[in-house]
Amino acid sequence: MLDTSLIIQYGPSLLRGFGVTILCWAAGCAIGMTLGFVLMLLRQVPLRPLRWLIRAYVEVIRGTPFLIQLFLLYNGGPSIGLRLEATTAGILGLGLYGSAYFAEIFRAGYQAVPKGQVEAALSLGMSYGAILRRVIVPAMLVSTIPAIVNMMAILTKETVVLSIITVPELMYEMQTMAAETFATFETILGMALFYWLLVEVTSRLGRRLEARVTRFLTHSSTPTPSTRTSTARA
Amino acid sequence: MIAADKNATNTAPNGASLPRTAGGGPNGSPAGTTPMVTVRGLGKSFGTNEVLRDIDLTVNRSEVVCLIGPSGSGKSTLLRCINFLEAYDRGEIRIEGTLVGYSEDSPRRRLTNRELRGLRRNVGMVFQQFNLWPHMTALENVAEALVQVRGMNKADAAARARQMLERVGLAAKADSYPARLSGGQQQRVAIARVIAMEPHLMLFDEPTSALDPELVGEVLQVMRDLAADGMTMVVVTHEMGFAANVADKVAFLDHGRIAAFGTPREVFHESAEPRVQQFLQTYHERNSF
Repeated sequence: MLDTSLIIQYGPSLLRGFGVTILCWAAGCAIGMTLGFVLMLLRQVPLRPLRWLIRAYVEVIRGTPFLIQLFLLYNGGPSIGLRLEATTAGILGLGLYGSAYFAEIFRAGYQAVPKGQVEAALSLGMSYGAILRRVIVPAMLVSTIPAIVNMMAILTKETVVLSIITVPELMYEMQTMAAETFATFETILGMALFYWLLVEVTSRLGRRLEARVTRFLTHSSTPTPSTRTSTARA
Repeated sequence: MIAADKNATNTAPNGASLPRTAGGGPNGSPAGTTPMVTVRGLGKSFGTNEVLRDIDLTVNRSEVVCLIGPSGSGKSTLLRCINFLEAYDRGEIRIEGTLVGYSEDSPRRRLTNRELRGLRRNVGMVFQQFNLWPHMTALENVAEALVQVRGMNKADAAARARQMLERVGLAAKADSYPARLSGGQQQRVAIARVIAMEPHLMLFDEPTSALDPELVGEVLQVMRDLAADGMTMVVVTHEMGFAANVADKVAFLDHGRIAAFGTPREVFHESAEPRVQQFLQTYHERNSF
């Protein structure tokens, strides 16, 4: 039997936890995407050592568990003079973790931009900055939004790891509730519901965004020849 | 000074290019005597594959020069070298006297994209695959560079873009996205996008090769109108009819060399070059049934 008095008693702290979860997730995604985009751009610079450095960063982050990265940042940080508050460390950790994945997503998107669209812009005398803003990023959005939304959904679930370094997010509050009331079933059920809600909202927003940025394609079924670069060159 | 120097050594084997005064091009200044394009000893290799060898070519103001030849003969590469979308290895290209792609002071220092922009804004290019930006309407495609490169405000750019679309007969399609336009319409938008910038020179890279046969005519008509208005054009094409009727000069490329050069009559009818004859033979066989 569900004990409704528990919900009344713990409701406020659970909501607060949910708020912290959303804050950490949103800030982590923002940092991850920004950093990932910068990493992707730096990777385009024809400078070997820089490319290796970025590749190493991406490989290390993707090759090690998030929990260990978080420990390193929060518990190992002070030994190199980096003393962070738990929530700050959590957000930063989530951002760094996400940046490696976002960098890869953006790199694939950048490579998928039809070369001809960039050449057309170059031949009109547009600057690289203008080409990036007006041609490359819009084309990238079309091909990468599903992957971006997917990564954001993964990050919602990675926020539970933050409870281990005592960030007072949803998982942390739930564990407190479970420890104090022994109401394991309600706790786990409630937790699953919250995360499902968050992922569901994310993917719905993602679908709407995708529909919006690909609007110009759905107006017609004819494929745009401009999405291919010319292969038959005399 | 270097430009004048180049004029003095204007001894291409192709020679016969008379300075044309007809056509009403934007000259009349002292620069009016400088050829629009001079290519001297141009060479380019992709790895060990030598795609261009010792090309010499002069394009005068208001002249239409067609580059023809078999696939892989280097004509598109030559065209792409002229606005430096493709870097060349040997020789030089000058547009209105200015060296293309490399520094005038230290000739083998390649210019950055930023340094190339000044040249490119005066040289328009029309691509085989149109290369419109699919996320912008026809109008936005045409207005974009006016805002980003010419620094026009959005309202003026839109008004000018609308005029240009009118000029290519597509005023009614201003608000359509490229995906909703036929190939011929897309290519006309691409041409409008270029002429909006008032280029001194236009490069066409097989502008009708990706089109269904019934759509080729509308694009060629727009190009004919441009030629009649005195636009200087270099056109890579497989449309021999267009080359014969519109071009002032035809260059036949084969294996990276200009094998024949002259007026359409000289190349098509009077050339003794066997490769030209063979190419035309194949062309006629393919186009008769």
